Amino acid sequence: MKVLTGNDLKSGDVVWWDGAAWSRHVVDAVDVFDQADTILAREQAARRVNAAYAIEATRDAQGVRPAHIKDRIRALGPTVRPDLTLKPADPDAGNWVI
Amino acid sequence: MYKYDTYDQAMVDTRVEEFRDQVRRRIDGHLTEDQFKPLRLMNGLYLQLHAYMLRVAIPYGTLSSAQMRVLGDIADRYDRGYGHFTTRQNIQYNWIKLEDTPDLLGELAKVEMHAIQTSGNCIRNISSDQFAGAAADEVTDPRPYAELLRQWSSFHPEFTTLPRKFKIAVIASKIDRAAMRLHDIGIEIVRNDAGEFGAAFYVGGGMGRTPMIGPLINGFVPLDQLITYSEACLRVYNRFGRRDNKYKARIKILVHEIGAAEYTRLVEAEFAHLLAQGIEPPLAELARISENFADMAFEVGAPGDVDRSDPDFALWLDRNTHAHKAPGYAIVTISLKPVGGIPGDASADQIRLMADLARDYSFDELRVTHAQNIVLPHVRKADLHALWTALDGAGLSTPNLDTIGDIIACPGLDYCSLANARSIPLAQKISQRFAARQEEIGELKLKISGCINACGHHHAGHIGILGVDKRGTENYQLLLGGSEAADTSLGKITGPGFDEDGIVDAIERATDLYLTRRADGERFLDTYRRLGMEPFKEAIYG
Repeated sequence: MKVLTGNDLKSGDVVWWDGAAWSRHVVDAVDVFDQADTILAREQAARRVNAAYAIEATRDAQGVRPAHIKDRIRALGPTVRPDLTLKPADPDAGNWVI
Repeated sequence: MYKYDTYDQAMVDTRVEEFRDQVRRRIDGHLTEDQFKPLRLMNGLYLQLHAYMLRVAIPYGTLSSAQMRVLGDIADRYDRGYGHFTTRQNIQYNWIKLEDTPDLLGELAKVEMHAIQTSGNCIRNISSDQFAGAAADEVTDPRPYAELLRQWSSFHPEFTTLPRKFKIAVIASKIDRAAMRLHDIGIEIVRNDAGEFGAAFYVGGGMGRTPMIGPLINGFVPLDQLITYSEACLRVYNRFGRRDNKYKARIKILVHEIGAAEYTRLVEAEFAHLLAQGIEPPLAELARISENFADMAFEVGAPGDVDRSDPDFALWLDRNTHAHKAPGYAIVTISLKPVGGIPGDASADQIRLMADLARDYSFDELRVTHAQNIVLPHVRKADLHALWTALDGAGLSTPNLDTIGDIIACPGLDYCSLANARSIPLAQKISQRFAARQEEIGELKLKISGCINACGHHHAGHIGILGVDKRGTENYQLLLGGSEAADTSLGKITGPGFDEDGIVDAIERATDLYLTRRADGERFLDTYRRLGMEPFKEAIYG
């Protein structure tokens, strides 16, 4: 599947396109099929996202998993600071990245 | 410490308000990201993996305790309670909000700091010896010259769009503590047989994807021609440096392609031209600057004896203090490399504590080192135990300076959008694996970069590690034999790379060989240089 990601313009937070808006959670990401360029142009022009791009991902039992480790780290947070990730209470969250 | 004059303050304050307006126009849609990006980068604001990152300039790594305290407060107020000290003697904040940035820069400006020229193809923050003005082995204090160069290079209209970024280091000691020959320009202040001071210019060094050691192009430039000669070096680069390929745009490529002799000839011709124009600042300006770096009021007759009966304190003394030029004083390096910790990170509370300790024990001064540690440059030996006790209570007394645990590591793929692999987890594993053996191993400088850009100085590590992307997974190449000290050398790759656990095992096999084969007094690097690569390869790959 092809999903869209970027950063929130004001906060810089990593965000994912959920089909209608931008979510902080990769699990909300949807397949944009061949609409990536159209959505990216519209959303960046509206300043709802910054530096956005399309990536390859798969969907498994745990949800959407970006193909590249860089985007999995973006989705979770720094693996060396679990307290600053989106899952600070899950000690095994970092395993999803690897 | 250099103090801003009214011109300095006005320039920085004006820049804050200019950027406030630019941020407002970006948020309200009058600027696109393509238009805004170069403006935010000129103010040190990057967009990294998780958020905006702000890189704050710390000129030649020198800070007052008041400035350090503000850095701690900023970590709390605008970030997530910590900062990251970098290999360029700066500090970075990883979780900055765009809309907060103008206020943050305003806080910095109040204590004479900014983030200008910490990005972009300009002359970056001038770096220097972290022991400047305190070291027993320096010929003079290099900071006035670093400051003069900082003033010359700040907002220099001719050098704001160079072919690539440009880094200058200034030292004044034969023991190079600033990786001087791995800079675009490395300047060593020297004294000739007549007792006159001058500047030796090494040009065209650097790390990155094409590491090079800068050749000496002029062994003695009179100090009243320092700026003119620097201008000539930059002008030749600005004119002939490549702009067609960013990977070949650094000055090291120009010097390498045309040769050091031809580059020097061009510089000397330009220098002669510039001399006639009289661009050198008057010596009175250097004298004015130098007044800000006068010696501290060191106590005459300060006691030199230190009670070493506490073995933990004695170990820290041996590892983390250096000789000071004033009797009865010592230079203290605070390791930001606790076992299993993140190299260079310090919490807001730790930053403020170090500020307080500098106020109480080090004439209000601190230094950031390129090895990502903090220095208190002027500590009475009689105060060392009290200082160590305070540091120990805050997790800041790790006695591992220049050992295998004192690892330089870039932020890597945990934070950096350029990285191919994570650096910090490796540093954590290595420091844990070797914590009990670091004293036995002795001096061993280990440096990790998460990509070929080499922010973690892997080329210059006695042991270097380069993280690469191997078909979507992290892989680590091992290098041996680098040094960024006076015996500068570039490490060589041992062979095929390793995964995260494999590289730690490989390092252990290399250090085991060293311990078996070392001669009396040899460091790891010395043994490697004596034996060569082959026995190490055999030990590592079997």
